[in-house]
Amino acid sequence: MSETFSARSAPLVLGIETSCDETGIGIVRGTELLANTVASSMEEHVRFGGVIPEIAARAHLEAFLPTLREALETAGIELHEVDAIAVTSGPGLAGALMVGLSAAKGLALAADKPLYGVNHLVAHVGVGLLDPHENPSGGPAQEPSGHRAGNPGAEPDAEPDAEPEAGPRGMRRLPENTGALLVSGGHTEILRVGSLTSDVELLGSTIDDAAGEAFDKTARLLGLGYPGGPAIDAAAVAGDPHAFRFPRGLTMPKFEGSAQNPGKHRHNWSFSGLKTAVARAVEQFEASGRPVPVADIAASFQEAVVDVITAKAVRASLEHGITTLMLGGGVAANQRLRELLAQRCAAAGLELRIPPVSLCTDNGAMVAALGAQLVAAGVTPSSLQIPADSSQPVQQISV
Amino acid sequence: MRNYHGGVILAIDSSAGASVAVLDAGGVRAQWRTAETTTHAEVLAEAVALTMRDAEATGAGLRGVVVGVGPGPFTGLRVGLALAQSLAEVWGVALYGVCSLDSLAQRAVNQPAESGTSASGEFLVASDARRREVYWARYRADAHGFAELLEGPRVSAATELPELPVVGVGASLYPQDLTARGAAESHWLPDAVELGQLAQRQLGQIPEPQRSGEPTAAAAGTGLREPLPLYLRESDAKVPAQMRAKQAS
Repeated sequence: MSETFSARSAPLVLGIETSCDETGIGIVRGTELLANTVASSMEEHVRFGGVIPEIAARAHLEAFLPTLREALETAGIELHEVDAIAVTSGPGLAGALMVGLSAAKGLALAADKPLYGVNHLVAHVGVGLLDPHENPSGGPAQEPSGHRAGNPGAEPDAEPDAEPEAGPRGMRRLPENTGALLVSGGHTEILRVGSLTSDVELLGSTIDDAAGEAFDKTARLLGLGYPGGPAIDAAAVAGDPHAFRFPRGLTMPKFEGSAQNPGKHRHNWSFSGLKTAVARAVEQFEASGRPVPVADIAASFQEAVVDVITAKAVRASLEHGITTLMLGGGVAANQRLRELLAQRCAAAGLELRIPPVSLCTDNGAMVAALGAQLVAAGVTPSSLQIPADSSQPVQQISV
Repeated sequence: MRNYHGGVILAIDSSAGASVAVLDAGGVRAQWRTAETTTHAEVLAEAVALTMRDAEATGAGLRGVVVGVGPGPFTGLRVGLALAQSLAEVWGVALYGVCSLDSLAQRAVNQPAESGTSASGEFLVASDARRREVYWARYRADAHGFAELLEGPRVSAATELPELPVVGVGASLYPQDLTARGAAESHWLPDAVELGQLAQRQLGQIPEPQRSGEPTAAAAGTGLREPLPLYLRESDAKVPAQMRAKQAS
């Protein structure tokens, strides 16, 4: 590999994601997205109102080869051309992870390519480096560019960070002082990302349910179906977000402390109390024989979730010198979350970046994108003996 | 393997322990196995690499990849299938499934019992299905020294099996319900060597497939199966009451 790893010779990486219910295979050349093929078993989980790990794992095995073939065809490459295979090694559902990991090992072994077992959460951040205007043919229609909100003109000194900077070997890298807010059915985390390949720190996370899980459980309670995020988003449109005052978890002073003397849960979330509060409200209506005001409860629940997520994420960012915040995870599709986060980031002088929804939900392109960064940075590949780690810590970017 | 005209086969099983073998017309070139049941995702790929190296085999030079399709614990089983799928895909060779219980049946035929035979020559293979059940199938030896599948594979409580001598760990797990053919045979685990031998025999009877990666139609019904897991059980997930209420309405 040459010193000046030009865009043409940027690493060609295939990425594999099977940590939950999406079988994702993506292909990138450096920061150029060539394919992002996703097969989802979501339909099979609908009647359960949540992801069933065994059903997800079965679906991964069935979907793997067709998804791989389609991704290679979309990218117009042969597997033998890639420089590396990247795969989510964790965190995620153990049985689901093992399908992708074992399949990835098979590809790496058979094609004699280096293997990178990468962190699912960091991959969600890595996707932010992909060229926003790419729309690979054959792939699903994507939004034209990353949605941005900011406070233009307020902080001219933030301007050099507005575009990803050139990194080593012609690879772009994240702006300095990047943070990431990840909100999905499995995760609710705020990260500080000094370097995608060597410095990621967990600032806060949920201590019980993930936000998306709270959406699913509440939607189930309200009879709105699965997945809960879109169902509640839709039901909330006709509701009053202030009809009920549902709790914002871990916001009491004893948990939060102060910036100088932070409490244990200053940047953490909890959604289990909120879910219980919704259940009590529903029960009260049912017990008294009154109709349950579904729209008002949905809107008030959503407001509680979005309020506490955005308030804590923005404060954590400010207190850790973050100037650019990236949003990732399936709940990034929630309109109210996008709206309130944009407002609060603008008010705080944070630049907000939201990748297209197809890249926010679980996908293989994000794994490939992080893999390409690892290859370009010269990180040592993984051995064929790496395990799937269902609780892989975020500091462990690759294994 | 009288009818087998050559070609090197890689066989993988992950239905209980895990095992890897490379075979050719002359026999077993290299083999590897572990009785560990919880490390498949970590060890199996490296074991394939080592076994292929020991056998001095190249992937693209294989006649095919053979994989044990269970029945067995789902997570470990999928590790072997996912790995085998990828190998066959990249190497551009055919992938064949074999029922993992056939391995024990073939071993039972290869090593005739000194006692405990049935009048019919029939016997059972029973492995651990957990949840107080066994995976099992009924076999006999055919005229050519190969195990012939008569019934199964199924999953049920040990008390529901036909009264025949049993090989496989089912016999040691449920001694009150099952009659072991022999003490040592009650600890047998499926192995890639016998899966490879069974596949060689079948492949000797069918023409070399086009290198499309798909088993030929002739393979069906002769012991070779689609390379898909024999789960035999549905996912045990229950639909929550709230969802049932909604679906009923």
